[in-house]
Amino acid sequence: MDGNAPDFAAASRAALADPQLRGNFRRAMDGLMTKRAAQFPDAGEWHGVRALAAAVRLRALSKLPELLETLEENCTRNGITVHWAATTEEANAIALDILHKANAKLVVKGKSMVTEEMHLNAVLEKDGIEVLESDLGEYIVQLDGTMPAHIIMPAIHLNTKQIAHLFKRKIKDAESREDAAYLTDLARRVLRAKFQAADVGMSGVNAAVAETGTLCLIENEGNGRMCTTVPPVHIAFMGLEKVVEKLEDVPPVISLLPRSATGQPITTYVNMISGPRKDGEKDGPREVHLVILDNGRSSIYADPELRDTLRCIRCGACMNHCPVYTKVGGHAYEAPYPGPIGKILVPQIEGLEKRGAMPHACTMCNACVEICPVKIPIVEIMGRLRVEAVKPGGAVKDGGAKASRKESMVWSGWAAMNASPTAYRLATMAMSRLGNAAPSSLPMLKEWTNVRTKPRFAGRTLHDLARAKGIPDV
Amino acid sequence: MSDARNSILTRLRATRDAHPPTPPASDFAPIEAKQWAAEERLPRIRRLMEAVHTEFLDATKADWPQVLREFLAREGVGSLLYAPGTEAGKQLVEGGERGPIPTLIPYDRPLEDLKPQLFETIEAGLTTTRGAIAETGSLILWPTAEEPRTLSLIPHIHIALLRTDALYDTFLQAMREQGWAQAMPTNALLVSGPSKTADIEQTLAYGVHGPKRLVVLVIHQ
Repeated sequence: MDGNAPDFAAASRAALADPQLRGNFRRAMDGLMTKRAAQFPDAGEWHGVRALAAAVRLRALSKLPELLETLEENCTRNGITVHWAATTEEANAIALDILHKANAKLVVKGKSMVTEEMHLNAVLEKDGIEVLESDLGEYIVQLDGTMPAHIIMPAIHLNTKQIAHLFKRKIKDAESREDAAYLTDLARRVLRAKFQAADVGMSGVNAAVAETGTLCLIENEGNGRMCTTVPPVHIAFMGLEKVVEKLEDVPPVISLLPRSATGQPITTYVNMISGPRKDGEKDGPREVHLVILDNGRSSIYADPELRDTLRCIRCGACMNHCPVYTKVGGHAYEAPYPGPIGKILVPQIEGLEKRGAMPHACTMCNACVEICPVKIPIVEIMGRLRVEAVKPGGAVKDGGAKASRKESMVWSGWAAMNASPTAYRLATMAMSRLGNAAPSSLPMLKEWTNVRTKPRFAGRTLHDLARAKGIPDV
Repeated sequence: MSDARNSILTRLRATRDAHPPTPPASDFAPIEAKQWAAEERLPRIRRLMEAVHTEFLDATKADWPQVLREFLAREGVGSLLYAPGTEAGKQLVEGGERGPIPTLIPYDRPLEDLKPQLFETIEAGLTTTRGAIAETGSLILWPTAEEPRTLSLIPHIHIALLRTDALYDTFLQAMREQGWAQAMPTNALLVSGPSKTADIEQTLAYGVHGPKRLVVLVIHQ
């Protein structure tokens, strides 16, 4: 992934040519959209709670530095050790340091997108530490040697048959059975042994409460509880935007996140952790660490328009409703966050040189904006990033990286043509006379005609026809 | 890494103050408006939780140990881990002398000394709850030194006692009325069913890592 710049166009062409992959995604996304819609039968309730959740996130962002300090203070008072990392390298170094001090050989992990950002697993493996993803989807993806195709449903690109084959290949004594219940039980047996033996458990954070120093994690499987309860050390990773001010701010977020994500009223577990094992308590980790990661977020925060990117609660609903994501799947983006939120977040974190194609992988249909539970203006930010990509010296990393003299000349010409009635008339007249003679293989035209039929130009322009009908020019 | 801390906070503060946002007011009314009549709460909790494979048993304050023992016998559950220091734990041991007696294992030592048994042989765990939430069909679990976290996590069957005088409309109402923000425990939980996953082709499967079965023993007041 690192090194060569990802080629979204090539990756999406390959994905589009894979009928199995497209079928898997189409079925899954249709199911998720239907289930989500069924959770919001009352439009008034949706609008009210959504406005509240957006307000909670906006209030948190408006006090972000103060809330992070309060969070640190209250976590520390509760016995949680707080670490700060400006970059993923620093965060990985912090993790390794904790693991070395704990003499850790085996790590079990609950779902954490931030650690995907850090490529933490590769770092730990290089250090000789065994690291096991325990969310079933993440476990499947790890066995397969790939990366999550969706932030909520990592293995959504695979069907039961493919997973059965994978388990048969990778797990000792696995039977070749295409049965989700059997495969789930098999993973249970493998992973329970690991939970029992693990030296350190790792997790993400869905919301960190400044007021009480509480880390909230939601999940269905119980692996998150295992990772944060059974091993002697727990390390939680969060992006610095995940803080909320008060404990009361959690219910609106929890109300919308599972309904938006998977169409369930609530996840099986809402796990609220406010410290390590206290004297006299019989279980829970002896140490809890919280790693707060920046990795470009403070730059996003610096721009008042781009700042809205940081409202995100990572429900993934924007992916489920995105016509582009549904067709190309999660892997085509070659990024930790795919889909609409990925298309605005990843270019801001990794820069427009490497990720300039991502904001263009969008039809601007606005489906993601309509269902976003915290009302992120995703499409507006997408447009802004397209501008930043061709405008040097802007607010985003590697701004102007995609600037092209040819493209900028074409747009200047287009603007000049539309600004002058004479130029406009001449140009449209020329198109109506000569447009059909232009071959569809012309350099810039080709981008369009590669996948579409070149439209036929009418013999007469609209202005001509209007004049013929006696409609005067204004 | 305090350099990172200071540079992050300084940057956030400077850029925020350059463009200070004005967030809209947080109006909790849409959540506060979610209310159910007292007699509707339990049926709603039951319906929502049964939809995700939770099982329910009905009992009274006096006979629940008996009801529990009969259930365990019926289901062939041979061992039950319980919290000996709680009122419920004491009642469990004292009550229900009639009928079959499963092996009762007290959670009376640190996890480290109980791990192999917990993971490998103990079949069920019994906990109390601090109530339940009607909106989403969720139990409130409040582990303590006497009633550890793993009681409701590692055994294949989790049995939870629910008193009918502690039913709330919403998560928000429960945390306000019980004053959570003033005294959060090491771990607090909402539990809304047995462990489940849909990570294999959206097919719902129960019992992936946590308990395979969740049994709510309702103690009618």
